[in-house]
Amino acid sequence: MPCNPIILRYWRRTHSLLPIQNVKQATLAQTSRTNREREGLGLRCAALDFCGYFLHFRLFFWKKIHCVTKQNILIDFFKFKSGGSSHLVMDVPHHGYRATAKSRARTAPPAGGNPLLFEDTSSPSPPMARHGYYMSGAAGAGAGGGGDGGTLFRDPVASAAMMYGSSLAFQGKDMVNKEISRFVSMNKLKYFFAVDTKYVLKKLLLLLFPYAHQDWEVRYHRDTPLTPRHDVNAPDLYIPSMAFLTYILLTGMALGMQRRFSPEVLGLCASTALVWVIIEVVALMLGLYVLSVHSDLSTFDLLAFSGYKYVGMIFAMLGGLMFGRNGYFLSLAWASCALMYFIVRSLRMKILSSLSSDSMGPGASARPQLRLYITMATATFQPIIIYWLTSHLVR
Amino acid sequence: MAFTLYSLIQAAILCVNAVAVLHEERFLSKVGWGADQGIGGFGDEPGIKSQLLNLVRSVRTVMRVPLIIVNSVCIVLLLLFG
Repeated sequence: MPCNPIILRYWRRTHSLLPIQNVKQATLAQTSRTNREREGLGLRCAALDFCGYFLHFRLFFWKKIHCVTKQNILIDFFKFKSGGSSHLVMDVPHHGYRATAKSRARTAPPAGGNPLLFEDTSSPSPPMARHGYYMSGAAGAGAGGGGDGGTLFRDPVASAAMMYGSSLAFQGKDMVNKEISRFVSMNKLKYFFAVDTKYVLKKLLLLLFPYAHQDWEVRYHRDTPLTPRHDVNAPDLYIPSMAFLTYILLTGMALGMQRRFSPEVLGLCASTALVWVIIEVVALMLGLYVLSVHSDLSTFDLLAFSGYKYVGMIFAMLGGLMFGRNGYFLSLAWASCALMYFIVRSLRMKILSSLSSDSMGPGASARPQLRLYITMATATFQPIIIYWLTSHLVR
Repeated sequence: MAFTLYSLIQAAILCVNAVAVLHEERFLSKVGWGADQGIGGFGDEPGIKSQLLNLVRSVRTVMRVPLIIVNSVCIVLLLLFG
């Protein structure tokens, strides 16, 4: 019997020294390979295992050293140590590549764009980090291929192909961006996603308990509205989209709890909710046009205000899932009242306050009422939709 | 009521078709919704009726050719795939 624990493990297994559970196992053990065959197999497995241990220890030490010393010294050290073992060399430049990209992203200066949008109020803001990663991704590949010579890929053709591929990806990305920006203004969209944690928390609290908030005006900064990061009253599209996804997941969970789940239902539920949002936004835009309300509400603003009802939906569903039917109706009532108050207060600023800028014509007396009606109609539509989309999920 | 995105597209096409078949002379003028009857007062505030008539007229003008294309595509698809 071997003394080495690794080889011992395999020796034991092949020689069936494990306790035999039943007669079936005993007969199987006897009719399978001969002991000699098993021994050979076991030794081969043990050899592989030992190699694995050896490499694992080397990787382990490599990782420890990696945190302390610089990149190039490390690569030289391991080139010397391993003497060209391909497995490790493949690993090292991979780590080096990633680390270079990260360090470059952190030190990259903000490349143009609105400084107000990309001010860093939390850990690296997503647009900048992504930009930096893409730029340094291509640069890192180039530097890796040029500087280390053979260690990135043994094959210069492969490294050239990789650089060509990354430049192709760049061009593809540019083309896609150009096409998209013909329909949707990216800057405007970026404004709606410039959020941070503090804003999200305050806004969620505001959506569920708006009664304590005093100041509902959207603050401006030299004619442009402030980003959501700096102003809690600004609409954003992050919360609605995340709430929409959470709603879909919760629907799946609720249906699963009632044993009515199937993957098609998820897709159906998602498209139903999306269609209702689209209908509401189109109806609102039509209403605002017909009543000739010249407010600064763009399509995205309306989309944002429509999407805030998902937060109320999630709240109602959670109440229903945790506390049954009564809990559902209670949280539905609470969420509806809060949401109605929120919508009325927010839209009143935008729709009703544009009265003062219009001249008083003969038909002006009908205006305030109609605008009030449209605000109230929007507000009352929310609880109806919340009830419609969630009642079948709570038994 | 389970909506799919396809049903949304269908509803949109049907609505736009409905607006496009309202003929100017034969129907709208008879009812009092003609193009000339809407532009009544020239104040800053066009009324609801004039806004609606404006909308109908612009939809009819803009969507005439795209609707031909979209309707043909729909007809072919429905004939092929039912």
